[in-house]
Amino acid sequence: MKQSLFQIVSNEALTDSVYKMILSGDTSAITAPGQFVNIQLTGKFLRRPISVCDYDESTLTIIYKVVGAGTEQMSAMKPGEMLDILTGLGNGYDLSLAGDRPVLLGGGVGVPPMYNLAKKLIAMGKEVSVILGFNTAGEIFYEQEFKALGCKTYVTTVDGSYGKKGFVTDALPENYTYFYTCGPEPMLKAVYRATTTSGQMSFEERMGCGFGACMGCSCKTLTGYKRICKDGPVMKKEEILWQA
Amino acid sequence: MASLSVNLCGIQLDNPVIPASGTFGYGYEYAELYDINELGTFSFKGTTKDPRFGNPTPRIAECTAGMINAVGLQNPGVEKVISEELPKLKACFHKPVMANVSGFSVEDYAYTCQQLDKQEQVGWLEVNVSCPNVHGGGMSFGTQPEAAAEVTRAVKAVTTKPVIIKLSPNVTDIVSIAKACEEAGADGISLINTMLGMRINLRTRKPVIANTMGGFSGPAIFPVAVRMVYQVANAVKIPVVGMGGVSSAEDVIEMMLAGATAVEVGAANLVNPYICRDIIRDLPRVMEKYRIENLSEIIGGAK
Repeated sequence: MKQSLFQIVSNEALTDSVYKMILSGDTSAITAPGQFVNIQLTGKFLRRPISVCDYDESTLTIIYKVVGAGTEQMSAMKPGEMLDILTGLGNGYDLSLAGDRPVLLGGGVGVPPMYNLAKKLIAMGKEVSVILGFNTAGEIFYEQEFKALGCKTYVTTVDGSYGKKGFVTDALPENYTYFYTCGPEPMLKAVYRATTTSGQMSFEERMGCGFGACMGCSCKTLTGYKRICKDGPVMKKEEILWQA
Repeated sequence: MASLSVNLCGIQLDNPVIPASGTFGYGYEYAELYDINELGTFSFKGTTKDPRFGNPTPRIAECTAGMINAVGLQNPGVEKVISEELPKLKACFHKPVMANVSGFSVEDYAYTCQQLDKQEQVGWLEVNVSCPNVHGGGMSFGTQPEAAAEVTRAVKAVTTKPVIIKLSPNVTDIVSIAKACEEAGADGISLINTMLGMRINLRTRKPVIANTMGGFSGPAIFPVAVRMVYQVANAVKIPVVGMGGVSSAEDVIEMMLAGATAVEVGAANLVNPYICRDIIRDLPRVMEKYRIENLSEIIGGAK
């Protein structure tokens, strides 16, 4: 974990409510796809945890949905403005278990962390399939970006207005070796049931600190109590214990 | 050379800054960031007799200048704290630590304090009396002078180290509770714990926190904390540890002027994990600004 200042390079809308922000700064604390950053905003007490979409040595890309006053404030920020960010939070995805043909399933704002993951898996020579799930055509983002990485890319929409009608689980390919997923909890449960291999899922929870100190985001797993911010947000399928 | 040192219940602290219980774990998360031996001490995560998962999530809600938490005293229980957490704490922190204890019966408090009192690293026992008394109708021990005094007496009877009773602000007369604890043998008083608060999500029309209510902390409660520390410090002879919304060196000095011998920093740690180190490093500058040479001389200086 590292606390440092980042400068906004760009901040643009991808859809009506989803924004992409590119920042420049010290990304050395980020060690794996699936980690998140925690962003301080002027006038807001708690930081905003946002998943990392992509990063290199000096730039960080995040994609966020405007859901409240904090993300609303972020959406109005301009290039050149500075943000105080804690980076390198959470465990991230374990790439070593992917096998030759991993499938990545992202739903809504669960799509962004799949991007750097796909990039890393492609670089490892894997045959990567990506399924992007949205409610409707107007919400779709990053389809072309995943295709450009060389992934077999499928899109599903709940209302059928684009791609395959249904949920990400309706587009699961045959013969995948492992799965990685991020999305709303009902989707994660559906992926858990529909997949025939092992895999990893990223969870979301309201957080206090984001670095394991406050126990605000604890959950029960088959291997004991875990802090989603520190021991997660990525959990292995075998350890997940769904709450009623 | 400015002197930051204070004496808390017979133990000298290099400075009065103490991360508050529940915001600093058992220290080692923060030790990854900086040398936590710069701290005066810290109060570790509230420990109970038995392991606790705590409340369902969401446990956190944001507020203007603060936050609400309803973690519910998640901790591995005193046995595992001693066998697993304290060795890890000892590896990164080499000063006496403050052991924070909670309980749901007088016997629980006494048992947990007795076990922690035997641990070499423990310098003080900080006893959180804000928990509900399961044998007393669920009313918090800290809301009645006699119940708080009973806990104090039971803990004092089985321990050797200084016992600091941590009081809840959710009471009508905090002075009478502090005095009852002093008469029962407390070596110090710490205050204030969080204030009971609540937020409602306008979209779902449901409380944000799964437990409906939770403890409100952060800069918003600082004036309430200063007032209560002032009232209690003027009513008891034992040392007072002040906390509640402290987030700067100026706040530390204000708390000490109100009567605090040492000052705990809580919610601010969760936003800026370096805040306690930064406050300690900033204290000499602020002391010079206000012509303070020796911090221990300003305790209770506000008349």
